[in-house]
Amino acid sequence: MKFIELKNVNKVYKNGVTALADVSISIDKGEFVFVIGLTASGKSTFIKMLYREEKPTKGTVMVGGLNVGKIRNRKVYKLRRKIGIVFQDFKLLPKLTVYENVAFALECVGMKDKDIRPKVINALERVGLKDKVRSFPGELSGGEQQRVCIARAIVNEPKLLICDEPTGNLDPKTSKEIMNVIEGINSDLGTTIIMATHDKDIVNRMKKRVLLIEHGVLAGDFAKGSYKTNESV
Amino acid sequence: MRAFRIFRRSVRDAFKSVIRNFSLSFASIMCTTITLILVSLSLLCAANINNVTKSIEDELSIVVYLEKDIDETSIDNIKSDIESQKNIESVTFKSKTEWKDQMSEYDESFETVLDYLDENPLLDSFILKVKDVEKIGETAEYVKSISGVDVVKYGEGMVESIIKAFSVIQKVVVIVVIALILVTAFLISNTIKLTIFSRRSAIEIMRLVGASNIAIKIPFIVEGFLIGVIGAIIPICITIYGYVISYSLLNGHIFSNMLVLLKPYNFVFYVSGILLILGAVVGMIGSLLAVRKYLKI
Repeated sequence: MKFIELKNVNKVYKNGVTALADVSISIDKGEFVFVIGLTASGKSTFIKMLYREEKPTKGTVMVGGLNVGKIRNRKVYKLRRKIGIVFQDFKLLPKLTVYENVAFALECVGMKDKDIRPKVINALERVGLKDKVRSFPGELSGGEQQRVCIARAIVNEPKLLICDEPTGNLDPKTSKEIMNVIEGINSDLGTTIIMATHDKDIVNRMKKRVLLIEHGVLAGDFAKGSYKTNESV
Repeated sequence: MRAFRIFRRSVRDAFKSVIRNFSLSFASIMCTTITLILVSLSLLCAANINNVTKSIEDELSIVVYLEKDIDETSIDNIKSDIESQKNIESVTFKSKTEWKDQMSEYDESFETVLDYLDENPLLDSFILKVKDVEKIGETAEYVKSISGVDVVKYGEGMVESIIKAFSVIQKVVVIVVIALILVTAFLISNTIKLTIFSRRSAIEIMRLVGASNIAIKIPFIVEGFLIGVIGAIIPICITIYGYVISYSLLNGHIFSNMLVLLKPYNFVFYVSGILLILGAVVGMIGSLLAVRKYLKI
């Protein structure tokens, strides 16, 4: 079985808007996949379904052997512990330091303090923020905050890293640095990466598999390097 | 072990967040304090009013005078007839000799007069206590109809109006106390909801990084508990010191010797216990309800 498998997924919101119609996608372990599409194309719904922020109306969403749509509200944490999520708006806790923010993900799981420490330091090292452990998020630049967010997402060594427009708020140079970090995670740790983005430069440069979602349907599934666009995606 | 670690961190986080969000915690604590003071005052008043009315009601009794020269068997029959009544709490026989002794003790002139007479002119009697004073009239009526009974006295007229007034007072007091407790619960839980509302993004992030619902709830429940307990400290001090001081200033009664106040110990500790439990439980439930709102998708 594939690592991620969507079968005939439909999503209709309560207000009657159809966000996704009959989408079937499968993604292997260790793949790096871009998800592109205009705003309101259903791209965000697709991403949210992977970590069960949304449930499919019809069809099945399987992530790492779990039927996401069937997970009960109380049990969502079991899925969340297997995946890391990086957000456009970082979602860091402002009153915790960088170290505490990253450690938080492990404390939630109930890990011992002495096991938490090396993991957190390791994750912060990977994103190049080892010297900022005592800073608060408000004292960091956007790129640095995004690195903290990435460190938090990978600290419990997830098999899947979901990035929802991680470079949306960053300038091109910083975006490039962030993308290097994410690509490193993919190649070094073998983490499967699914990344929604608007940034055509990144998509063109990195030459990865691309899923194009338009008006709620999968308009194109381009194999590695076969997608190139000049249009704003 | 893992559960214990999560719990220990929750307690730590709860303390941290009470301190780091001090202005909001302070608002919740003050709100709890003020409402609990009101609850305390109403509890103190209610218990005392109840005590006074109870003690007056306990004094109420029916005196049944039996016919002159009644024989032993009839007395026994009348006694068992009265005892078979549902509303009767106790039946005490008081013979005419006992009456005579009591009256003689009360006043010397009675003694002289009674001794002068050859025969004791007083009547044998029963003194009845009733279970439900509101039905004292009916019971008296029934007892009067028993043959061998001469006169039945229970302070007709006045007793009825006193009892009616007392039952109204008691009901009003109970309603006021319950209403106050409900208002307190509502106020406290609402203030706590506000503090939690300001931290909904933290709850969202906890969920996203894989905290189980219970692990999210515990720190907030502990925090609500802390707020409730801290908020109960001042009302408890006011209850204990205030009541003990007022009791000694008033010498244990208000207006007249009939209106006796409850003794401060252990009464104040019971009231304090109620305040503490009320604060803690309402704090915990309030924050639990508030968090739950943000744990649904």
